Amino acid sequence: MYGFEALTFNIHSGYLEAIVRGHRAGLLTTADYNNLCQCENLDDIKMHLSATKYGSYLQNEPSPLHTTTIVEKCTLKLVDDYKHMICQATEPMSTFLEYIRYGHMIDNVVLIVTGTLHERDVQELIEKCHPLGMFDSIATLAVAQNMRELYRLVLVDTPLAPYFSECLTSEDLDDMNIEIMRNTLYKAYLEDFYKFCQKLGGATAEIMSDLLAFEADRRAVNITINSIGTELTREDRKKLYSNFGLLYPYGHEELAICEDIDQVRGVMEKYPPYQAIFSKMSYGESQMLDKAFYEEEVRRLCLAFEQQFHYAVFFAYMRLREQEIRNLMWISECVAQNQKSRIHDSVVYMF
Amino acid sequence: MSGSMIDASSWGAALVRISPYTFSAIGIAISIGVSVLGAAWGIYITGSSLIGAAIEAPRITSKNLISVIFCEAVAIYGVIVAIILQTKLESVPTSKMYDAESLRAGYAIFASGIIVGFANLVCGLCVGIIGSSCALSDAQNSTLFVKILVIEIFGSALGLFGVIVGIIMSAQATWPTK
Repeated sequence: MYGFEALTFNIHSGYLEAIVRGHRAGLLTTADYNNLCQCENLDDIKMHLSATKYGSYLQNEPSPLHTTTIVEKCTLKLVDDYKHMICQATEPMSTFLEYIRYGHMIDNVVLIVTGTLHERDVQELIEKCHPLGMFDSIATLAVAQNMRELYRLVLVDTPLAPYFSECLTSEDLDDMNIEIMRNTLYKAYLEDFYKFCQKLGGATAEIMSDLLAFEADRRAVNITINSIGTELTREDRKKLYSNFGLLYPYGHEELAICEDIDQVRGVMEKYPPYQAIFSKMSYGESQMLDKAFYEEEVRRLCLAFEQQFHYAVFFAYMRLREQEIRNLMWISECVAQNQKSRIHDSVVYMF
Repeated sequence: MSGSMIDASSWGAALVRISPYTFSAIGIAISIGVSVLGAAWGIYITGSSLIGAAIEAPRITSKNLISVIFCEAVAIYGVIVAIILQTKLESVPTSKMYDAESLRAGYAIFASGIIVGFANLVCGLCVGIIGSSCALSDAQNSTLFVKILVIEIFGSALGLFGVIVGIIMSAQATWPTK
């Protein structure tokens, strides 16, 4: 019953909610980012980060540092936090936390399959995979020749198995099909997650619906923009859009027939929440779109913390950490390549 | 005299033939039992959040124990009223056990028990939920603690209202003299 979750939520999840809110207090603020932007080299960055929660992860790294090391160690912190929470969670929160990993699993699968297509070494690819999305038989992905084999050999034992039903063809894997596979899997995953949250009800359902709907709409826009000028037909494009969200179903109809960015803008400006995003960009410019979407996402994720006694704070915290790691990667790259003027192009400030 | 106004085979007749001591005993049980339920509920709601929040912000522990103390006070109210109510029990001769006066005393103790029990139940819940939010807010921003404490004080006044009315009700528990 919505409104009375405060009575029983803390039995199973009170401790973990308090922990995740403590982690949220450790996210980097605008002042921290300003300090980091003033750094001259990566060792300075390491010194500034040692005063934050990342300190214990970076202190044993020898100089000279690389950007990839910084990102790897910060991701380790995210993984440790996640593992600490999931090992203490009971149902249904443990299922909810598992859902957060599936997105990374899909990305890892696509990474390995694409890498194998381009004849990279499996071990090298596995090192590049996101640690949250690892599963046991991931190395076997390199052996598969087409999607049916992919499913039969590896994925049928993973949690991604139910998402494959729309993907099973005997076509060989090439770049286009792999992107279609990625988007189809992600669509099935988002719909599944959405249904699960609806079943949970209460504040979790309300907040997660909003966050997942934004994610679905953002992916629809990105799919549209990325497939302009490729051989993807309109029907195929429409099949990749998720069947929920603000844009469903009329926005999807209009997006499917878009042929350039200004038409996309025309479609999106009919929806007030997205009009604000698109109005920040002048005509013909699409580089700022990613950053505008990230800023909107961060704004909604921070709002999830305003209510107590629901699971969406866990999702929001994981996403905010990932955004922070993206910020750190961008800042480190700019500093390492001496392009500090471009730092502010892509850093999304949180609080 | 019972029976003269009420049809002997109706539900009303059955109710007035229940001993007033049954009602009294149930009232006393509810007063302490349900109050402790409320206090325990409130303590676990606030305690679990407090423990988790104290990991990242250890300074909040000592101040936020006040929330737990407010919940505990609710249980103490229940105990006090239960003890007061049990002193109101007197024995009356069997001939007078179903007099209107005896029934009134039994009902008064029953009502007093229910009042105190349920007022303390919701008061314990209220203080517990606010205490949980207080711990989490204090961990983020320590200036918020005193302000949220004011809300908790108002919440714990609810239990006090219940106790006051319960004690006034129990003053009605005068059994017929022998």
